[in-house]
Amino acid sequence: MALRGNLRDFTVTQLLNLINLAQKTGTLVVDGPSEQAHIAFRDGKLAYARIGKEDNGLAAILHKANKLSVNQYRTIGERAGNMTDKELGLLLINAGYVSQDEILLNLQVYFTDVIRRLFTWVEGTFRFENELLPPDDRINVKLNLENLIIEGSRQLREWETLQDEIPSLDLALKFTDRPMTNLNLSVEEWRVVKYIDPKNTMKQIASAAKLNDMEIRRIIYGLIQAGLVEMSRPTTAPLQLNPKMFPTQDKQEQRNLINKLIGRIQKI
Amino acid sequence: MQTVKMVVTGPFSAGKTQFIQAVSEIEVVATERKISSKVERSVKESTTVAMDFGRITVDEDLVLYLFGTPGQKRFDFMWEILSEGMLGFIVMVDSTRPETFREARTILETFRAYAPTPYVVAANKQDLEDAWELEDMRNALRLDTKTKILPCISTDKKQVKAVLLELLYGILALMESGK
Repeated sequence: MALRGNLRDFTVTQLLNLINLAQKTGTLVVDGPSEQAHIAFRDGKLAYARIGKEDNGLAAILHKANKLSVNQYRTIGERAGNMTDKELGLLLINAGYVSQDEILLNLQVYFTDVIRRLFTWVEGTFRFENELLPPDDRINVKLNLENLIIEGSRQLREWETLQDEIPSLDLALKFTDRPMTNLNLSVEEWRVVKYIDPKNTMKQIASAAKLNDMEIRRIIYGLIQAGLVEMSRPTTAPLQLNPKMFPTQDKQEQRNLINKLIGRIQKI
Repeated sequence: MQTVKMVVTGPFSAGKTQFIQAVSEIEVVATERKISSKVERSVKESTTVAMDFGRITVDEDLVLYLFGTPGQKRFDFMWEILSEGMLGFIVMVDSTRPETFREARTILETFRAYAPTPYVVAANKQDLEDAWELEDMRNALRLDTKTKILPCISTDKKQVKAVLLELLYGILALMESGK
């Protein structure tokens, strides 16, 4: 079974949302115009990322982050050719060059940067490989996707997509059950969050937060994609039976009618 | 003679006509026309321009009509007419064409706005390799956990029956709840 398609139909932000909601484990492979990206996830959290043929070994990442000098980087390349990133990481920690926290932080920064670059891809195809797990020989991180999703949504410039996702500002918003922890929100985003209440429409929130249609839609789109809030759409209105549905208004006859239909369809 | 109706809706080429054909006791009265658009013709040769019409006779006093809506947006003026007085509706979605999911969502919301009657989502073509998993489709279509999304192969009578039955069970449950 496949999660595959085209970036024109599903943006990278929307894909991260799907992976986050389903808490997927596996690798998202994105074929862009000139490069291929592999983004690995474990239980819906970012674990590892690679783009094109870029050297994403631990030594290269620490060198780019100025944690290793040119000489140290060169020496590692010469002497630790066959060493895995996990082995190298241990060696560097034991030698006192870097701490475990610094390694994890720099990997997170690098992987996040890969995702940021992916946000600019609008052409290409994607597929999610359930069987392709984050590589064992590399150090995996465990990064929540909410902040990345909100960040990706900030870059959305397509009015059509925003209008499609949020057709009317007359609807209200409510928080989902997801906890809002460690969120990196902007001042405008916090201002919107402050007013979220099933009693306030998006139009009222925009007015209170002094945001125009495009700005409020983009912020709310990000919060929705990150699974933090949801709209009170007409689809969430309670289902009800309409008298016009039945040729009779007698409740028992209506029930009999449905049971007769069930019996008939079972026999087809 | 008493009549009731159900509506089968969904995007272009989702499998609505086949769904009705699988269970209708009469040859489906299909108003199909050759497709003029090159893009749409690459998906299928002909399409429904007004509606499909199937029938299931329950007994001499009761008949169920199945109406299939045209999938293309330019025929959406038909939707409101077809939705009037329906028992419930089925939204057919082609599991292998994620490019149609957004449209499916719009259609679902439009029908819910016309009538808040029970509905189910049928994820068609689940037998194909490219089919999205049901839970991924649920998330992409933004369906809440209460909405039933059912696997379906619209040419398979058994699966079509299962979808119709789920809708009827939903209606019965709503009756029992007294709403």
